Amino acid sequence: MILAEHLTKTFGDLVAVRDVREGEIFAFLGPNGAGKTTTIKMLTTLLRPTSGTIAVDGLDPVAHPNEVRKRFGIVFQDPSLDEELTAYENLELHAALFKVHQPARGARIEMLLKLFGLWDRRADRVKTFSGGMRRRLEIARGFLHTPKILFLDEPTIGLDPQTRNQLWTQVRTLNETERVTVFLTTHYMEEADRVAHRIAIIDHGRIVAQGSPAELKRQTGADTLEQAFLALTGNAIREEETGPADQMRQMVRMWRGRR
Amino acid sequence: MYVIYMLWLRQLKRYVRSRSRIVAALGQPVLYLVALGFGFGPVFRKAGEGDYIQFLTPGVVGMTVLFTAVFSGIELIWDRQFGFLKETLVAPVPRLIIMLGRTLGGATVAVAQGLLVLVICFAVGFRLPGPGAIAWASLYMTLIALMFTAFGTALASVLADFQGFQLVMNFLVMPIFFLSGALFPLADAPKALATVALLDPLAYGVDGLRHAVAGASYFGPLTDLAVLVGSSAALLALGSYLFSRIEL
Repeated sequence: MILAEHLTKTFGDLVAVRDVREGEIFAFLGPNGAGKTTTIKMLTTLLRPTSGTIAVDGLDPVAHPNEVRKRFGIVFQDPSLDEELTAYENLELHAALFKVHQPARGARIEMLLKLFGLWDRRADRVKTFSGGMRRRLEIARGFLHTPKILFLDEPTIGLDPQTRNQLWTQVRTLNETERVTVFLTTHYMEEADRVAHRIAIIDHGRIVAQGSPAELKRQTGADTLEQAFLALTGNAIREEETGPADQMRQMVRMWRGRR
Repeated sequence: MYVIYMLWLRQLKRYVRSRSRIVAALGQPVLYLVALGFGFGPVFRKAGEGDYIQFLTPGVVGMTVLFTAVFSGIELIWDRQFGFLKETLVAPVPRLIIMLGRTLGGATVAVAQGLLVLVICFAVGFRLPGPGAIAWASLYMTLIALMFTAFGTALASVLADFQGFQLVMNFLVMPIFFLSGALFPLADAPKALATVALLDPLAYGVDGLRHAVAGASYFGPLTDLAVLVGSSAALLALGSYLFSRIEL
């Protein structure tokens, strides 16, 4: 379903995600700055890789961006809703952008809003929503055009355990009923342990381990996934680089309009 | 087409829903009308140039359209920072379509704001030669709006955040306004100033508006239209190109 080999981006990342299988929930874990978000951006056509090959559902995102875009849904790490629009209007706009036409559109929006518990608030502007409601709306939106793959980049960050629990249940439901492949990242190891069929752990831009949660635990002799994760990636805290050189690079990127 | 329509509609909804923004954007033109219009009015008349409000109205309307349009374009930075841009960039729609939807929406908002100011100008004594003048004025407003929304989009595509915004306002947008002859007649301006105005696309917009609502023109209406259409097309092309190159 997803294949990425010898992938590089100028700041030196190097990734090889081997073959995410169709219909599975695949967790992509790693410390801050390991290259998770960059990899997702490259898979979702937002960044061009400096070199290497990627295939999403057999297609190269660089050569066929629009074909690839039709096939995936994404929930970004940062919010990406229009707060001035209502929940329903956000979904309608998404449906227009992804060519989900009537009569299927109305029914699909209704089904998803109901599943994610937002149907009663559909006519309210998103700016009146809580963090959990926004996240649910974004995930509902990701599923709207019945994608083959859904990318979830740290979807549960900052949410309370109740919301997180419910959210994963809903994602699992859709994964089973619609056979959507789910590619997720998270820092909550117990979530990955519970939800993911298979896990890849990335560190310094490299995959250091890949397998089912049970396999990873067995491999490292750990009781929990968190222990396995620490055994594989070490205990050192990763500071995001903010040296003068990095700030300069940031400035240059700002003026060139890139991030 | 449907995507363009939906993105256009989004801009309009955002405009109508932010009443504070509409009112805030009216403050500046009203201040110019009242302070300059009534302040300089007597001097203007003594100099034999006629009624200053009559002269100033096209300039203030042009200014309103200019500022609203540039802001609409620059709103892209907002979308980039608050995330909505990503939603449009991963859609299976050519970037050109997205840019067009945004630009048409932004331009419509700018024209609406310009018409609102025109109504206020009536309240302070401005008079139109005839009803047809509104149609011509709307045409010029539309061209100014398209041109500068595209200009704002082009700028926002190369600026990743608001840090460069003040720079752009002080060194690009304000000069475009002040050098356009919106506040003073170019015919009597010193040669150097009039020459600089030749390079300012807004000068042709204001001149066209003035021709539409007051019958007087400095460049001639055909030149105005030709320059406005030409620079709108050029800025739309530039905006589309820069927008298509955005990476996140």
